[in-house]
Amino acid sequence: MSYTLLAVQALNGLQFGVLLFLIASGLTLVFGVMNFLNLAHGALFMVGAYLAVFVYQQTGAFFLAVVLGLVAALIFALMIEVLVLRHFYRRDHLAQLLATFGLILILNDGSKAIWGSSPQSLPLPEILSGSVPLIDNLQYPLYRLIVIGVGLVVALFLYLIVQHTRFGMLVRAGAADSEMVSALGVDVRRLFMTVFAAGAVLAALAGILAAPLIAIEPGMGDNVLILAFVVIVIGGAGSIRGAFVAALLVGLVDTLGRSFVTDLFRVVLPPASANEVGPAIASILIYALMALVLVFRPAGLFPAPGRS
Amino acid sequence: MTRYVIAAIVFWCLATVPFLADYFDQSYLISLTTRIMIFALAAVTLDFILGIGGLVSLGHAAFIGIGTYTVAIFSKYGVTDLLVIIPVAVLASGLFALITGALALKTRGINFIMITLAFAQMLYFGTTSFSALGGDDGFSLSMRGTVFGMPLLDNHLGLFWTSFVLLALTYVIFQTLALSSFGRALGALKQNSEKMESLGVGRRQLQLRAYVISGSLCAISGVLLANLSGFVSPSSLAWQRSGDLVIMSVVGGQGTIIGAVIGAIGFLGLEEYLSQLIEYWRLILGPIAILIALFLNHSAGSSRRHG
Repeated sequence: MSYTLLAVQALNGLQFGVLLFLIASGLTLVFGVMNFLNLAHGALFMVGAYLAVFVYQQTGAFFLAVVLGLVAALIFALMIEVLVLRHFYRRDHLAQLLATFGLILILNDGSKAIWGSSPQSLPLPEILSGSVPLIDNLQYPLYRLIVIGVGLVVALFLYLIVQHTRFGMLVRAGAADSEMVSALGVDVRRLFMTVFAAGAVLAALAGILAAPLIAIEPGMGDNVLILAFVVIVIGGAGSIRGAFVAALLVGLVDTLGRSFVTDLFRVVLPPASANEVGPAIASILIYALMALVLVFRPAGLFPAPGRS
Repeated sequence: MTRYVIAAIVFWCLATVPFLADYFDQSYLISLTTRIMIFALAAVTLDFILGIGGLVSLGHAAFIGIGTYTVAIFSKYGVTDLLVIIPVAVLASGLFALITGALALKTRGINFIMITLAFAQMLYFGTTSFSALGGDDGFSLSMRGTVFGMPLLDNHLGLFWTSFVLLALTYVIFQTLALSSFGRALGALKQNSEKMESLGVGRRQLQLRAYVISGSLCAISGVLLANLSGFVSPSSLAWQRSGDLVIMSVVGGQGTIIGAVIGAIGFLGLEEYLSQLIEYWRLILGPIAILIALFLNHSAGSSRRHG
């Protein structure tokens, strides 16, 4: 393994981690502030990607697709909130699980009915494609760098909002003790709706950013959802900082694992067995990481205050 | 008492299926009912921890998968006897339940749901990338299961009655457990865990025991499923299947055990009916799941408390 390859894979891992952060941050807030289990959060990632593709197919304009895709996803998410989710905030987790599982079924099969099961794609415009030289012989795709940049900027914004605004204070207070917050006279319903809408937009943004890089197909949100769960368990529920650290960790471990574990096994095993065992081990690394965190810090690396 | 009457009626109805199928010349009814009974078995094991214990596991498909892959691994070495395969599958599944359960039970509420789901997904990805067992494409079984060397499962009826007997046994085991002092303590933990813990009941230990019993016996369902389809692939442990199992075990009445069997009949019957009617039948199943959630009893435990 060369250092160039290592650097490229590390950047890929960072880019994957940043996308995971966008998804997990919204989910962890919804979970932390509202104590609400939203399995359909991954479906919002899918809906974002599909809506952007839809706008692109109508107009052929990439940037318009990004913006309108986001707006449409927000409207769509608010619709879901009013029609379904709102009725389950005060219910137990089992009811929330069933309702949001039902939503996933509808959204997955709905997108299959509209767009078919063959993957769609969102082509990059000329100015965003191509590579940039980083160091002497290392070229890296421009778009992936942009994704990393957008992700980091959003992370910074979220941090500032959550730590330094009145709204952020309510969010943190809600994550620590939501009953007390509502007892103090805060309009919890509006707080919930805002947090949910913010989370939905972040998930849709992740879907749209990822759209040029991956196949857009029904069910694409499901795996992402489960990865976001792993991130939340590792990072600590309700914590933006935890989601950030854990998302980057999961992104890096998964990407680097898939590229190098088989090579490492070749050192100790014959190549044939290494080729068999390597990929299987690589695919479960992040879950092993989650298990490790659960052993030593069951509440996650950065649990929100008031939870343990 | 009525519960036993209902159970007797349900099993009697299931037992008449081969005769009805024969009379109306609808042999597909036998394999459909076998499939229903196989998933009913899994739903029963889930209902015990979910309905009675309040442990919402969204990873039960993993145990089915351990069952199917045990069959696949043994068939590579020419071993097909259920008397070997079932105990090994149950032990392997129990071990997986013990490890993942011990970790998941360090947390409560939503975290438990997420962790069971994540570990099931770990197994799913493990199987998709394990090329020795066919990876993504799966693995065709060359031979069906045998019992004492007899090719009992080679025909539809043999598999039907094997599944019937195993489902009945599983039902009896979990119904007995539900009424035992163990089952009652498990139920009391769901109602009021703080009170129980102050009475000296070890929450984690008790719940872990229930989780291991449930997970290990769920593997039997996978062993039967592999024999029904003659094919083993990662799709047997897809996470949607875990969601389906939750619906099955909840819809017939949480913690009633026989309700899980009824739920499986209803769910898979509806699936069979709708999927013939329209291609995108989950568009109809989705709203049904939401309605079930809406009308689920509001007093189900104390999980509103912080996770």
